[in-house]
Amino acid sequence: MNNIIENVSRRQILAGAAFVLAAQVVPMRGLWAQDKKFGAAGMPNGTVNDPRVFLSIAGDGTVSIVCHRSEMGQGVRTGVPLMLAEELEADWSKVKIVQAQGDEVKYGNQDTDGSRSTRHFMKPMRECGAAARMMLEGAAAKKWGVPASEVEAKNHEVVHKASGRKLGYGELAADAAQMPVPAAGTLKLKDPAQFRYIGKSTPIVDSRDITTGKAVFGQDVRLDAMKYAVIARPPVYGGKVKSVDSAAALQVPGVEKVVQLPSPPPPTVFQQLGGVAVIAKNTWAAMKGREALKIVWDDGPNAAYNSPAYREQLLATARKPGKVVRSQGDFDAAFNGAAKKIEAEYYLPHLAHATMEPPAATARFANGKCEVWACVQSPQGTRDTVAKALGLTSADVAVNVTLLGGGFGRKSKPDFAVEAALLSKEIGASVKVVWTREDDIHHGFYHTVSAERLQAGVDAQNKVVAWRHNSVAPSIAALFGPDPKHQAGFELGMGLVDTPFDVANMRIENGEATAMARLGWFRSVSNIPHAFAVQSFVAELAAAAGKDPKDYLLELIGAARVIDPGKTSTVGHWNNGEDPEVYKIESARLRRVTELAARQAEWGRPMPQGSGLGIAVHRSFVTYVAAVVEAKVDNRGRVSIPRIEMAVDCGPHVNLDRVKSQMEGAAVMGLSLALKSEITFKDGKVEQSNFDDYEVLRIDETPRVINVHVVDTGFGEPPGGVGEPGVPPIAPALANAIFAATGKRLRSLPVKDQLRA
Amino acid sequence: MIKLQVNGQERSFDGDPGMPLLWFLRDELGLTGTKFGCGIAQCGACTIHVDGEATRACQTAVSEAAGKQVVTIEGLHPQGDHPVQKAWRAQNVAQCGYCQTGQIMQAAALLKQTPNPTDDDIDNLMAGNICRCGTYTRIRAAIKQAAKEA
Ligand code: FES
Ligand code: FES
Repeated sequence: MNNIIENVSRRQILAGAAFVLAAQVVPMRGLWAQDKKFGAAGMPNGTVNDPRVFLSIAGDGTVSIVCHRSEMGQGVRTGVPLMLAEELEADWSKVKIVQAQGDEVKYGNQDTDGSRSTRHFMKPMRECGAAARMMLEGAAAKKWGVPASEVEAKNHEVVHKASGRKLGYGELAADAAQMPVPAAGTLKLKDPAQFRYIGKSTPIVDSRDITTGKAVFGQDVRLDAMKYAVIARPPVYGGKVKSVDSAAALQVPGVEKVVQLPSPPPPTVFQQLGGVAVIAKNTWAAMKGREALKIVWDDGPNAAYNSPAYREQLLATARKPGKVVRSQGDFDAAFNGAAKKIEAEYYLPHLAHATMEPPAATARFANGKCEVWACVQSPQGTRDTVAKALGLTSADVAVNVTLLGGGFGRKSKPDFAVEAALLSKEIGASVKVVWTREDDIHHGFYHTVSAERLQAGVDAQNKVVAWRHNSVAPSIAALFGPDPKHQAGFELGMGLVDTPFDVANMRIENGEATAMARLGWFRSVSNIPHAFAVQSFVAELAAAAGKDPKDYLLELIGAARVIDPGKTSTVGHWNNGEDPEVYKIESARLRRVTELAARQAEWGRPMPQGSGLGIAVHRSFVTYVAAVVEAKVDNRGRVSIPRIEMAVDCGPHVNLDRVKSQMEGAAVMGLSLALKSEITFKDGKVEQSNFDDYEVLRIDETPRVINVHVVDTGFGEPPGGVGEPGVPPIAPALANAIFAATGKRLRSLPVKDQLRA
Repeated sequence: MIKLQVNGQERSFDGDPGMPLLWFLRDELGLTGTKFGCGIAQCGACTIHVDGEATRACQTAVSEAAGKQVVTIEGLHPQGDHPVQKAWRAQNVAQCGYCQTGQIMQAAALLKQTPNPTDDDIDNLMAGNICRCGTYTRIRAAIKQAAKEA
């Protein structure tokens, strides 16, 4: 199975693991290694670069650009259209953004996850813009009867230099639309030195609507004669309703109906969890009605899921040999002969996305067709999943994408849209399904839980000669098919088999674990546990050697070279689906961000008692990020973080301010998971409910200073991801800072009150 | 029948008097700028002004607002150009934006009470507003900018 799902986009997991969504199934031959497709070409429906699909110009010169990716705070509604506008030579102030419906045949892939929007759409968006610019130039040249080579598009108009004639884009629009679209090979892309927008900072297009309350999120959709629904879902994943007494619920003023939804057995993919829905005149009545339901649940086998016992089981497994996923040299011989042996075990709990906007979807089913309005990261996936649930073809389902009040991977899974669609069909009216915060915390697609065990042997000069890492965590793949009980290729490829160190004898293993909850990808996914363990362990080795942790880290990264883990790995080199020849792992780039973050943090400065600096670096989503965290621990064991310095090398960037804001946000999310957040299960049920017991960082706990330093690689490098790669280095950098401040090594997250005196 | 003023307009409600203002504003009046984030006064997404005080709409029954002046984000400034709103845009604070109307309402009340807030004042008065996207450093900067320009 790992072979099959190795080159996954996250949605392609579906194709390999369970042939559930017919329209999404990638032909099997496309999954064989020999004709492996990389990057955007490896994604369902690839890319489209036809300007007529993405662009229209009105007579008054207003340029409308379609954004086919979902906005969840990463700035995609600004950044992706900006790339088109740049090549078009458009005046950005005359650009309007139109949000696409789910339609990948028309627009290309729309799965907004995996930190891929800029990476995969820089080229097609630039091509669209360039093609349209050439069509405008062609139309002007034709009008003036001059060769096209004599005219030039500049800032929303076409100019004939020789005669001084000018025509605005609005005036040329109708004629330009008649021009043939230039063939891809004939496109003249701008020289990056001429860029006016790409690489600079552009405010997000939705800023005014957001600050005035006009922005429409999934929770905000309102249709005429719409009903409101909340749903009581099975408290244990895989459970179902045994019996329901809805008499009291139906007595609640405003409650109109109670509807039971079927609970498909796991693996549930993105289907609804089922349960009992209360339909009402407003959200409040629906919530009150739900409280009055009397439901007896059949919990199913996952009722045996208890986090403390599971944790012990994971750690016990990590102590035994696992399945070898990468091996080079002879670990056993080198370890046995080492001068010093060091080992450590790390544990990271489940997490919930807790998007600020709980999931919500509105659906209208009528005349055999369904229209959905929802905050989804996967508009086409939503369309296909809803169609299948309703027994329709995807052509009969329309999905409108609202703004997303946070996504982080949660809203890649359209179970909430399926609920709305099923209910609308059932009751014959438009209905909005509102998830409460409790629903969100109790019925998420949780980040995995993991135990990581590391061992190293060092020689007399304190050089690491043997490195072993056993990572044990249930796999997301269990959501899509029979539980593989081992991490899938894409999970192993997130900071585990691609450990970038210069160590001759290395063995990386993956022990068995069974998924007992609904798991899903969470911003930066398996990079979180892998980076935490690896980057903490490096600092532990440095401490054992009595060396500076930054110097020791750089030593382990080693001399400038290209690292190819695929050579010694049994699961290949996933590389986020990108071609390893194009997106190489370069030790020099790891070193550069490490050194840059250290320099900006004034690494080595004398620190007062109880304060310390910690450093970590990690490459994920083909981007390199290093962080230095400054931690302060008071005499009662309370941790505060005055400052973070981050350095990022994501190749060329489009919107500098949004690269920075994503890193700032990643720092805060990284601190949340390092310090506070934890989902635990008792008898299969999530024990946390809301922000009072599933805590996330607040402003008073946030560093007053978060500085982000973006490496300017120019356009010589291909673009990398930005949304996710900032998260992984934060937790280990914090743990390393706490160690520097106190001498205490925390190997289990979250920190919570582990240091409390 | 409960009567109250919302953004300067007289409104009335004859449903469940215990219904939180949040749902009255969102579902009955269509003022969806006031957001639902937790429902238990833990996140601040639903922050509005009741008689000038920052208030969590999810924990205030409609009946408690009887006869009072309620201001939501839609009514903070007729053109959306309150100094806090302007500062928010100038600092490019928003990421997803979902928490930001609540943050802005909280910050506007804060500045009325404390025109020149220190960092500690900001911590104290903004700690009830969660931003899961982590825009806190910019929120801090925007509040300071708004304080300067107000
Ligand atoms: S929704 Fe009212 S404080 Fe969270
Ligand atoms: S901007 Fe997304 S929650 Fe604050």
